[in-house]
Amino acid sequence: MSWLLVLPLLIPLTTGILCLVVASRPAQRVLGLVGALGLLAAAITLLVQVNQRGIQAVQVGNWPAPFGITFVADHLSALMVLITGVVAMVVALYALAEGDQPREQLGYYALCHFLLFGVNGAFLTGDLFNLYVWFEVLLLSSFVLMILGGSKAQLMGGVKYFAVSLLSSILFLVAVGLLYGATGALNMADLATRVGSVAPGLLSALAMLFLGAFGLKAAVFPFFFWLPASYPAPPVMISALFAGLLTKVGVYALIRVFTLLFTQDTAFTHTVLLWVAGLTLLLGVLLALAQGELKRLLSFQLVSHIGYMLMGLGILSPLALAGSVFYALNHMIVIAALFLLAGLLQRLQGTTVLVRMGGLYQSHPWLAVLFLLPAFSLAGLPPFSGFWAKFTLVAAGLQAGQYAIVTVALLVGLLTLLSMGLVFAEAFWKNPPKPFSPSATPPGLVLPVALLALLTLGIGLWAEPLLGLSQAAAQELLEPSRYIEAVLGVSR
Amino acid sequence: MNTLILKTTSRFLFTLLLLLSVFLLLRGHNEPGGGFIGALVAVGAYALFALAHGLSAARKLLPLPPLRLVGWGLLVALVSALVAFFLDKPLMTGVWFSLFGVKIGTPVIFDIGVYLTVFGALLSAIFGLEETADRTPEEAS
Amino acid sequence: MEIWMAFLVGGLTAVGVYLMLRPHLIQFLIGFLVLGNAANLLIFTAGRLGSSFPPLVQPSGTVLEPIANPLPQALILTAIVIGFALAAFGIVLFFRAQAVLHTLNAEAMPETLEAAPAPSPVDEVREERT
Repeated sequence: MSWLLVLPLLIPLTTGILCLVVASRPAQRVLGLVGALGLLAAAITLLVQVNQRGIQAVQVGNWPAPFGITFVADHLSALMVLITGVVAMVVALYALAEGDQPREQLGYYALCHFLLFGVNGAFLTGDLFNLYVWFEVLLLSSFVLMILGGSKAQLMGGVKYFAVSLLSSILFLVAVGLLYGATGALNMADLATRVGSVAPGLLSALAMLFLGAFGLKAAVFPFFFWLPASYPAPPVMISALFAGLLTKVGVYALIRVFTLLFTQDTAFTHTVLLWVAGLTLLLGVLLALAQGELKRLLSFQLVSHIGYMLMGLGILSPLALAGSVFYALNHMIVIAALFLLAGLLQRLQGTTVLVRMGGLYQSHPWLAVLFLLPAFSLAGLPPFSGFWAKFTLVAAGLQAGQYAIVTVALLVGLLTLLSMGLVFAEAFWKNPPKPFSPSATPPGLVLPVALLALLTLGIGLWAEPLLGLSQAAAQELLEPSRYIEAVLGVSR
Repeated sequence: MNTLILKTTSRFLFTLLLLLSVFLLLRGHNEPGGGFIGALVAVGAYALFALAHGLSAARKLLPLPPLRLVGWGLLVALVSALVAFFLDKPLMTGVWFSLFGVKIGTPVIFDIGVYLTVFGALLSAIFGLEETADRTPEEAS
Repeated sequence: MEIWMAFLVGGLTAVGVYLMLRPHLIQFLIGFLVLGNAANLLIFTAGRLGSSFPPLVQPSGTVLEPIANPLPQALILTAIVIGFALAAFGIVLFFRAQAVLHTLNAEAMPETLEAAPAPSPVDEVREERT
């Protein structure tokens, strides 16, 4: 039983190690796909288990909590791990079809699985310092992935990404150190029982430190500048993985600490979160409208929509949190699909600069449909998954009387639609500035995008199960006692 | 660097440092020491040898390319963490057994894995840096 | 003792932040190392100095003295090792950046390599641009 919980860690780790040990490229390709499939299967099993039996916890090394390191899977963790598995599998399919030989030989598959190892570790750990270690695991893998191949643009983006990540690491370390000094605990469940005794002012200061550390990773206002400077640089089989997973780790960490630990002075901390959410939403989408390059535009959209997840966290009602969780899951799928599609367009037209693209609707009409599915989902039109995510958040905002943020959220939805419409008009609709010979797209590259696009449509049409799971996650987040009991109760 | 003194002494120092690194690794069993520090000393030995005799000579003394060593090291560590599975204990639970009167356990095996990993990772970084350093003047000219 | 450590941490932080704000990447990396040491000392201080705070108390109430709390040291050791790995990676990264970009001045690195004018929804403007 306890081994099921660590399988999402062990599978990517084993795959990564085997890719390092096995030299042959075909074997690595097979391993990459098998590992991703295994991860997906383990994640599904874990979610079913959590849904049936409640929060699961395992004490690594058999050291009782709160002294040892605990891994915990509640609904939120299990859902995040599941979508990680989905994104990992789809990106693995895309990478197989892309067949970027130099990068594969440099260890693409091994690094990808080490990245997944770090991401899943961050989702499953129940210990704050251990979370720091997982952050570093995923950061180091992502650094190498970012500059894998060593092109000029990648090195330039890599330097900025590296520099900002160092800063966020130090902030996180300082925040953990001070919280440990104030409470004498690092296990999150144990911390939750002790934060009440900390002076409220000190706790709010600590909360802001954590907001800085995780906000840098999640790319929220005012810390988002690094993301559009670095994410468009590597090939999409890398940047789609980053866009889908890495910022969501930051969002997950924010959700975790701001529901479990920093709930003493919500009038202050969660109002700050709402401001951050609103400004992220607005600035992100406005800057996206000013972009002329598709991958940069998508990066700003990515930033903007992080704001929605924070909005639910800031409102902090069961419905709002469910909306946040649902939005994070939906966004991982949609943004990964759009990034992969950008790679596909780049392959077809040799550029992602919008003014130099065009005429794709004429040559590849089904590709245009494939673009519109995730694009409409991003903008929140029915019947896609993005609609339900926004609907839940807006409904929760109206219930809580937070009209300002609801207005911003709706406005940003409109502006997103405008921005996606611009992309459609430029890349698909208008006549190409210079005639190009439409080459056939390999079906292997279309399949992953189609899978994700159908997934967002499928979730939209049949939203009940995922919405129910998100609500269960929100319930658990708002009643930390169940989490605490699952972690500390095991050994006592 | 082509000084005779360095070339001659580095041969002796290489062996001595490697012995010291293994000593540190095993000492970590119960006293200060361990895989990480041991591997650092071993990397020092190889770096010194590469400095005196050139990179290719140092590479010849390695059984595997450094990055593969990382893989094997991680594999050893992973296996040591998985032993607990067969005893129905949580991941990474320490399992101890006696071998010819010496107490050996999975933490020791884990440490050996750490040793190989750190050794391989650092060595590949150092080799990579020296290789680029060797190549850069040619590129510039 | 704590108060002096606080000043030390503050001083190191100031030095680290100053260096990290410099445009040259090597100065940035050194700044990171100094700031990392400040963070480690901070954890060390936050974990209480001296050996008067035993980590584990037996159920019977006997205090295992004179053993200091090993947790801050374990945290710092982990942080040092991670900082070491990050710094090693940073040196290699900056070395490659120097070889490819021929500069380590962060201000000489533009945000994008390719100029991409934003498309406009208005047709006339677009025709002027293309």
